[in-house]
Amino acid sequence: MDTVANNQSAAKADGKDKTLIYRQSRWTRLTHWIWAFSLFFMLLSGLQIFNARPQLYIGKQSGFEFNNTILQIGAENTANGPRGFTEIFGHRFDTTGVLGWSGPPGQETPRAFPSWATIPSYYDLGTARVVHFFFAWILTTTLLVWLIAGLVNGHIRRDLAPRVSDLRKLPRDIVEHAKLKFHHTREYNTLQKMAYGGVLFVLLPLMIVTGLAMSPSMDSVLPWLNEILGGRQSARTIHFTVMVLLVLFFIVHILMILAAGPINELRSIITGWYRTDPPAKHAEPTERSA
Amino acid sequence: MAKFQISRRKFLTAGSLGLSGIALSGCDAFDSGLGIGGGLRSFLENANGLTYRAQRLLAGRDALAPEFTEADIRQPQRPNGVTAPDDDTYKGLLANNFADWRLEVTGLVEKPLSLTREQLQNMPSRTQITRHDCVEGWSCIAKWTGTPLSLVLDQAVVKPQARYVMFHCLDTIEQSLSGNIKYYGTIDLIDARHPQTILAYGLNGKPLPVENGAPLRVRVERQLGYKMPKYIYKIELVDSFANVGGGRGGYWEDNGYDWYGGI
Repeated sequence: MDTVANNQSAAKADGKDKTLIYRQSRWTRLTHWIWAFSLFFMLLSGLQIFNARPQLYIGKQSGFEFNNTILQIGAENTANGPRGFTEIFGHRFDTTGVLGWSGPPGQETPRAFPSWATIPSYYDLGTARVVHFFFAWILTTTLLVWLIAGLVNGHIRRDLAPRVSDLRKLPRDIVEHAKLKFHHTREYNTLQKMAYGGVLFVLLPLMIVTGLAMSPSMDSVLPWLNEILGGRQSARTIHFTVMVLLVLFFIVHILMILAAGPINELRSIITGWYRTDPPAKHAEPTERSA
Repeated sequence: MAKFQISRRKFLTAGSLGLSGIALSGCDAFDSGLGIGGGLRSFLENANGLTYRAQRLLAGRDALAPEFTEADIRQPQRPNGVTAPDDDTYKGLLANNFADWRLEVTGLVEKPLSLTREQLQNMPSRTQITRHDCVEGWSCIAKWTGTPLSLVLDQAVVKPQARYVMFHCLDTIEQSLSGNIKYYGTIDLIDARHPQTILAYGLNGKPLPVENGAPLRVRVERQLGYKMPKYIYKIELVDSFANVGGGRGGYWEDNGYDWYGGI
């Protein structure tokens, strides 16, 4: 299973190009793209599902006669015609055109997330659920496969497990990211470890757990799940919040790839081969053995 | 790697353009293949069968939905779907306080039944405070009182070939050119015989109100709200969905919802 990955001799055999290393195993690459594909459909079908009830609540149930709503997206009639609004913790924002009231000019409709952000583009809760649950199985299975492969081939221990030195390097890492100054090494830097580890070990598992907590049937199997999460409506709110965090991760992820060199980064996640910085300019000694 | 480095402004622009491009092309390409009965949709729906089998395996026949306390009843039960049936039959029954209403139990049973409200209410009852979860995403906690469906099924003696319980309802859910469609739905015998599956006639200590399904609605506590028909007048034991509406097992199922509403 890709035992060459950690070996400098894995550089191209002709010896001319020692900066090209085999960085990402086939398991990492395959699971990465299945996640990317699945999360795209999970997101857009999920926004459609949210549109059926564009409110988020805290607790066991939805407050109709009492107020436990923390987020609401809606439309209202004003003197200037219908407007879309988003209300978060009682603070109301006009989001006409995107959230609450959107569509082609003259054909706007009241809908929480706009047509271009949902699957299907028209309102169809049933179909969105079919798409969402299909990719939920794919995503969860892929996460399990990745976990097993990552434990067996050492990817998790070697590349993702945090070390003491990571903590020490963190401040400098933040400064260098802010300056868009990137080192191309085999190892992930501290912020990368935090981002990838956070997604794979915190956000995705939390997404799966809160998704299960919303299922009334699973609730009969794992009744303590909703108690831990603060109730089914809190679980739904956490599910939504994790979605927002995953979208933020995605945006930063894409921006970092574009800034660090999209061709090199894409090549490594497609073919596995990654061009590292030439040794001469490489001020940092490798700390893998630290 | 200097040649790959670009300005901050450039990659912000490129990033946002790329995002919207992916989103736009994705949903247009996807919309077309997702109609009911379509190949892509049928393929994706296989996951629902997997979910059904997995959850049945984990939950078994008797795992109970969580029950709550009186303190959790903080509001009237939120009504949904039809809340005031406009059907003449229903309005006639309502005018007489359902004295002429009967619950018919027919189909694949040895002894068809026709029960009055009193007969039903004189059978052993179950009261439970449970959370109603709507497919739309909201939840509401209320106290339900009713006759366990299993007792009614035992009295009618279900034939071995029966596989599903079909509920026939008095309310028109859709008016179409080919006539009015009254609500209908099915559950399997595992859910029908589940200890918390009751034919409810009481809500929060009072007779079931019209908006919540008077005189009788079913509670299927391990599934979503669309699996719990209101305004029931007939229970029919069937062996397939062949003669159930459009053949997918219920009104909302015929309109794209999955038959299994446990998730």
